Amino acid sequence: MSALLAVEGLTKTFGGIVALDQCSFEIAPGSLAALIGPNGSGKTTAFNVITGYQPADAGRLSFGGRVVRRPDPCRLQRLGMARTFQQARVFPGLSVLENVVLAHHQPWHALLRRRVSVTDRRRAEDLLGEFGLAAHSHVPAGMLSYGQRKLLEFASVLMGEPTLILLDEPTAGVNPVMVDTIEHHIRRCHGEGVSFLIVEHEMSFVMRLCDPVIVLDRGRPIACGAPQEVQNDRSVLDAYLGD
Amino acid sequence: MTWLGRESRTRPGGALQAFAFLGALAVLPVVMGRHWQVNLLVFTLMYAGLASAWNLVGGYAGYAALGHGAFFGIGAYAMAIGTTHLGVGTGYRPFLLVLPIAVGTALAVVPIARLLLRTRAATFAVLSITVMFMVQTFAYNIRSLTHGSQGIAVPVPPFPFTTFERPFYYAMAILLALTVAVCWAVRSSQLGLALNAVRDDEDRARGLGVQTELVKLIAFSLSAGLTAAFGAVWAYYISYVFPGFAIDPLLSLGAILMAFLGGRHTLWGPVVGAALIVPAQQYFAYRYGASHLYLIAYAALFLIVIYLLPDGILPSTTQRLNRLRTRSRARTTPDLLPMEALNPRGESE
Ligand SMILES: Nc1ncnc2c1ncn2[C@@H]1O[C@H](COP(=O)(O)OP(=O)(O)O)[C@@H](O)[C@H]1O
Ligand SMILES: [Mg+2]
Repeated sequence: MSALLAVEGLTKTFGGIVALDQCSFEIAPGSLAALIGPNGSGKTTAFNVITGYQPADAGRLSFGGRVVRRPDPCRLQRLGMARTFQQARVFPGLSVLENVVLAHHQPWHALLRRRVSVTDRRRAEDLLGEFGLAAHSHVPAGMLSYGQRKLLEFASVLMGEPTLILLDEPTAGVNPVMVDTIEHHIRRCHGEGVSFLIVEHEMSFVMRLCDPVIVLDRGRPIACGAPQEVQNDRSVLDAYLGD
Repeated sequence: MTWLGRESRTRPGGALQAFAFLGALAVLPVVMGRHWQVNLLVFTLMYAGLASAWNLVGGYAGYAALGHGAFFGIGAYAMAIGTTHLGVGTGYRPFLLVLPIAVGTALAVVPIARLLLRTRAATFAVLSITVMFMVQTFAYNIRSLTHGSQGIAVPVPPFPFTTFERPFYYAMAILLALTVAVCWAVRSSQLGLALNAVRDDEDRARGLGVQTELVKLIAFSLSAGLTAAFGAVWAYYISYVFPGFAIDPLLSLGAILMAFLGGRHTLWGPVVGAALIVPAQQYFAYRYGASHLYLIAYAALFLIVIYLLPDGILPSTTQRLNRLRTRSRARTTPDLLPMEALNPRGESE
């Protein structure tokens, strides 16, 4: 079976710092994979390069069985890849509903259609209902609490019906109840066939949710496997405990 | 307070507003019929239109375009050249040039706009103003077409003296109505939603599949085309174009100030801003002579707007109303938003 996402020899340097060093890994369709590693090991950079936010210095990316030359966020979204950001990002001046409506791919001539069409509104309201945000749908998104913004960012990404979602630290800065909510939504979407690649530092969250777990250290994968295997891996322990 | 509930947010007043506006535009020069009054109205409507057109790029998409004087000048020169070299004739006929000039400019700016819109923020602002000075330099130097610093005299139309300004007034009124209609259409379409998303967070919008390049280009092109149309009518009205006058950085600065004052995220804000500033400016010019003293007033007003009314008159007023409303509702329904809710644009990262 061919991989849903495959990166090969991805390299990215910032001045003297090597953020990604010949990084290669694959994500099979239907996985709920985790990408972990110490701070500064290149996880966010990997997301930025994969989703086309930063150009790689070298390496190859293929998604859905085809090679993506010069990845671009807009095109990748249209191919079915979506992401969230480590620091939740919403459109503060748009209403919560508009934040969700925005995120589905449409042909260019749809620009002439109504700002929020009836069908879009209905779908967005369903999504917001599932995420417990329906009561706020007409409020500017900038008014939401940080946890609510994380939920909104997740919900809006789903509107584009992606096949792969990259979540960057979904539980960071979020209270424990909200963490459970986010876990619930990840499981639910995964049950509906969406694949995930999740960067997360909260180990218990990763261990109970994800398989496989890919461990990155200094821009390079050092281990990949089931949570238990990875947990007992010598090199992983070294990486986390320092040399 | 139920009658002020969420349902009333779908405003029934849109059509009413449009009719009231058109009615006012139609009767104004009859009510205020003196030469100086109609002259003032012509400039007020022109600036209202320029500010609204600028708002498509500067307000809706949040791109600080400072060089719209270039497109105004292109429109003005196109009119001057059209009436003198092409033998379009005089009277009402030159007005027929306005639409082709607008469409031509909107299309002609596409290549340069594509380059400009690759940049953002300060770089975009500086480049846009550079483009304006480039156009001005062309106007000074392509003598065969523009007569350089001599300028071009446009033939004065044989309109009756008593109502001489009226045709220009109505031309400006039609253009303003068209501009506001375009703005309204943009705001209420997915194009407007996409532009607002670009304003708030362009990179994230790209990641959600918004064709940011395309929507920015459409907004810029519409904005430039409309600006050129006002320039064309202006040139015929003033009946003289000269590079330093037709391609003037202060023109876009004035329009921007009006949009800021009235409210650059709103439909009517730029119109309100122009209605306040243009008469005031003319009054000061009349009182204290045609000096550049009004620039000090511009600067002062800019500071006042940015510190006291960061979103302009219209949104600040509606916000205050909404806050009162929220407060009175919060008293009855305890389960509302957290307190940080009072900062509408959020703590930006
Ligand atoms: N835009 C950037 N400019 C310079 N250095 C960067 C940039 N982004 C990341 N880095 C560096 O690259 C390394 C990897 O960072 P990052 O991918 O954010 O790590 P992680 O997400 O795993 O904590 C770090 O050393 C960081 O300082
Ligand atoms: Mg990170």
